[in-house]
Amino acid sequence: MGFFGSKEEFPGKGSFPHGIHPPDNKFYSAGAEVEVLPNPGKVVLPLLQHIGAPCEPVVKPKQMVTCGEMVGKGQAFVSAALHSPVAGKVKKNTVVTLANGRHLPAIEIKTDGDQVDPEDLWKEMTDTDWSLSTIPDYAPDEISKLIHAAGIVGLGGAAFPTHVKVMPSDKQLIDTLLVNGCECEPYLTCDYRIMKEAPHAIVAGALLAGRAVSAKEIFICVEDNKPEAIEALESATQNTVVQVAVVKTKYPQGSEKQLVKAVLDLEVPLGGLPSAVGVAMSNVGTMAAVARAVIKKGPLTHRVVSVTGGGIANPKNLFVPIGITMGELIDYCGGLTRDAARIIAGGPMMGFAFSDLNTPVTKGTSGITILTHAEAARGEETSCVRCGRCVDACPMNLVPTKLAMAARYQNPELARQYNINACFECGSCTYVCPASIKLVQLIRTGKAQVAAAMKK
Amino acid sequence: MSKISEIEGAGLEGPTLNVAPSPHVSDMTFTTKRMMTDVLIALVPLVAMSVFVFRGYAVKQLVVCVVACLASEALFVSMRGKKITLTDCSAVVTGIILALSLPGTAPWYVGALASVVAMGIGKIIFGGLGMNIFNPAMVGRAFVMIAFASLMGAGAYENPAGVVDAISQATPLNAFKGSGIATPVFDLFFGFTNGSIGETSALAALIGGIFLCIRRTASWEIPAGVLSCVVVLAGLADFAAGAGGHVLLHHLFGGALLFGAFFIATDPVTSPLTPRGKFIFGVGVGALVMIIRLFSGYPEGVMFAILLMNAVTPLINRWTIPHPMGDA
Repeated sequence: MGFFGSKEEFPGKGSFPHGIHPPDNKFYSAGAEVEVLPNPGKVVLPLLQHIGAPCEPVVKPKQMVTCGEMVGKGQAFVSAALHSPVAGKVKKNTVVTLANGRHLPAIEIKTDGDQVDPEDLWKEMTDTDWSLSTIPDYAPDEISKLIHAAGIVGLGGAAFPTHVKVMPSDKQLIDTLLVNGCECEPYLTCDYRIMKEAPHAIVAGALLAGRAVSAKEIFICVEDNKPEAIEALESATQNTVVQVAVVKTKYPQGSEKQLVKAVLDLEVPLGGLPSAVGVAMSNVGTMAAVARAVIKKGPLTHRVVSVTGGGIANPKNLFVPIGITMGELIDYCGGLTRDAARIIAGGPMMGFAFSDLNTPVTKGTSGITILTHAEAARGEETSCVRCGRCVDACPMNLVPTKLAMAARYQNPELARQYNINACFECGSCTYVCPASIKLVQLIRTGKAQVAAAMKK
Repeated sequence: MSKISEIEGAGLEGPTLNVAPSPHVSDMTFTTKRMMTDVLIALVPLVAMSVFVFRGYAVKQLVVCVVACLASEALFVSMRGKKITLTDCSAVVTGIILALSLPGTAPWYVGALASVVAMGIGKIIFGGLGMNIFNPAMVGRAFVMIAFASLMGAGAYENPAGVVDAISQATPLNAFKGSGIATPVFDLFFGFTNGSIGETSALAALIGGIFLCIRRTASWEIPAGVLSCVVVLAGLADFAAGAGGHVLLHHLFGGALLFGAFFIATDPVTSPLTPRGKFIFGVGVGALVMIIRLFSGYPEGVMFAILLMNAVTPLINRWTIPHPMGDA
C-alpha cells in the first residue's frame, strides 16, 4: 500500500482555500535522526511557558530536586505544572527573557547528583509496544488528570495546556480528534522526526486523548510532502481506529481552522475554537508526550527541537531538556556560519527572532531556525499597487492591504469593518507582497489600535 | 569541504545578527517591478503589430509618449520633493499604453500633452504609484480627446494622404456605425485595419493578455467579466439585427475592446481588490462599452467605460468585503 493508500477517507478536500507555497527547506534537517543531547550543567525553567496563568514555584533555593520532580505548580485551571529535567540544586530565583520578548521569573537548577540518562527517555519514546490493549482501562477523567499532572502543553508552538483540550465535557461534545502532524512551517522537522521515529507513541497518545474526549473518529493529519512519516504512521495505526489523513502541502495547513476545513470540511466559527464544531486538535509531539505521561507516568521534561537553516553548521534534530539555553544547542550543532543573519525560535513564518543565546528552550520551542542573510533578505518597500496578491494568499479570506492601511492611518473602525481580529498572523500576506510591504506587522499594530479603541 | 571548516576560516569576523518581527522569509521572485516587466513583455505583440501596420506613425507615437511620460514623471516627482522612481517601469508602461491608444495621425504634441496630463493629473497629483483613482493613460487620452476633438475624433483616424494603407480607411467601428460597412472579421482579428495604433489586432491583444493572466500579473476575472458581458449584450444586439453572429464578432474583435479588457482595465491600482469585485468591475466595463457603442454618438467607448468604472472601484471594494472563514 502506497502512501496514497485507502486510509484517506475523510470528508474534507485535503486542502483549504487560499494559502501559499513557500519552499519548505526541510532538507537541511529532515534526514537527521533525533540525537539525544547530554545533560547540561544547568537548566533555567521560566514559570510561564504556556498560554494561561503562570505557575508558582514549589521548591526553595538550595533545595535538591530529582529528575522529573515537580518544581512549579499551576494553581489556575488554565495553567501547567513544571518539572525539572535534571537532578540538581535549586539556585536563587532568577529572571529570563523568552524569545517572544516576555520577561519572566524562572527557576534555575544546577545539575548535581544522580541523573537519569536522557538516552533512556528517548528510547522510551521510540518504543514500539505501548500495550494498547490497556488503554480502555483508563477512565477519561484519569487521563486528563495525568496529562495535567505531567505539565503537558501543546508542543506545536502555541503551548496551550493540553488537559484543557483533552478533557471529558458535558458541554462540548467532541466527535473527532485531529492529531496535527502537518508541520507546515518551512524548515522545521521535529514533528516529522517524531512521526518517523516514534509513531507508536503518537498512536497510543491519540487513542488515550481520543478516549478522554470520547471522540468517535481519530485522524492523524500529515502533509503529502512527508511520505516516510505517512508510511510509518500507516504501519503504526494498523489494527487501531486511528486513521491517517494525508492533506496537501500548503502553508498554513497546520493552522487549527485550516486543518479542520481541510480534513472535515467544517468551518470553525469566527472567534471560536475547534470544539465549537466538535473537534479537538493536538500536535503529534504532544500526543507522544501524553502517551508517556499516562502509560509510563513520565512528566514533560524533554522535547525534540530542530536546529536548522542555512546559518547553522550542522543542522540536527535534538532531544533536549526543557530549560537548556538556545546557545548550547547551537554550539552542539557546530555553531553559526559566517553568513548567519537571524536566529529564530520556531519557524521562519511565525517564529520569534532573538539575539540573546542564553534564552532558554521552553515547552513550545519547536525549533531554532537560523537564516542566512540571503534567506532572510527582503526587498525595499514600495507603494501598494493593490494587486490583490495578499487577498489571494490570506487563508482567512481577509483583505490584508486594507487592514494594513487602516493600521497605518490609525483607523480602527475601518480595521474592524474588514474583520481585523480574524487574522491569526500567519504572515502569508507579507510573504507574497510584491511591494515588500510589512502587512502582518502593520496588522498587529492595527489589532492593538482596535483593542485600545474598544476600551474607550 | 565540511561546513565546520568554513566557520574556522571565518577568522575574527563573526556573523552579523539581526532581529525583526515574523515572517522572516519572503517571496523575492514576484515583485512590483516584475509585474511591470511582465506588462512590457505582454505589450510586445501589440507594439510589433502597431509598427507593422502603421510603420512610422506608430514609432512616432510610441517614442513621443514614452519619452514624455518618463520626463513628466521625473519632473512632477522632483517637484514633490520625492525620490525619483523611474526604475519601477510604471511610467514606461503608461507611455506605451497611451501611445497604443492614440491614432497614428495625431500630431506629436497631442501625445506629448496627453503624457504630461497622464502623469501629472492622472497619477502624481494623487500621490504617485498606487494612489491614483483613474487609469493615468486613460486620463491623458480623455484630455486630448476633448481638447483636440478634431484630431482625435473618429473621423480624424482617416488620412487619405497617409503613406500606410490602413490609415486611408475609416476605423471599422466608425464605418460600421456610420454607414453599416462591416470589415471582414479576418482583418479585425489579425489587425489589418485602421484604428488607434495598438488596438487593431485582436490576436496580439489576446496573446499578450493571456500571457499576463497566466503570469497572474493581470487578474483573469477582469477580462472574463468584460468579455462575458460584451458577448451577452452584443449577442442580443446581434440577435435583434438577425446578423447571425457577425455583429457579435465585430464588437468582440473590433475597436479597443480586447486591448482595454486585458491591458487597461486590469491596471491593479484602479481596479477592485477581491476576485468578486474584479469580476463585477469587468462586467461594468463591458456593459458601459456596449451602451456607448450602441446608443451614444461615439463609435467606441472603452476609454470612458474604464474611467467610469475606475470611479466606482472604491464602492465596489466596499460592497465586496469578503466574509472571513467561519463568519456565518
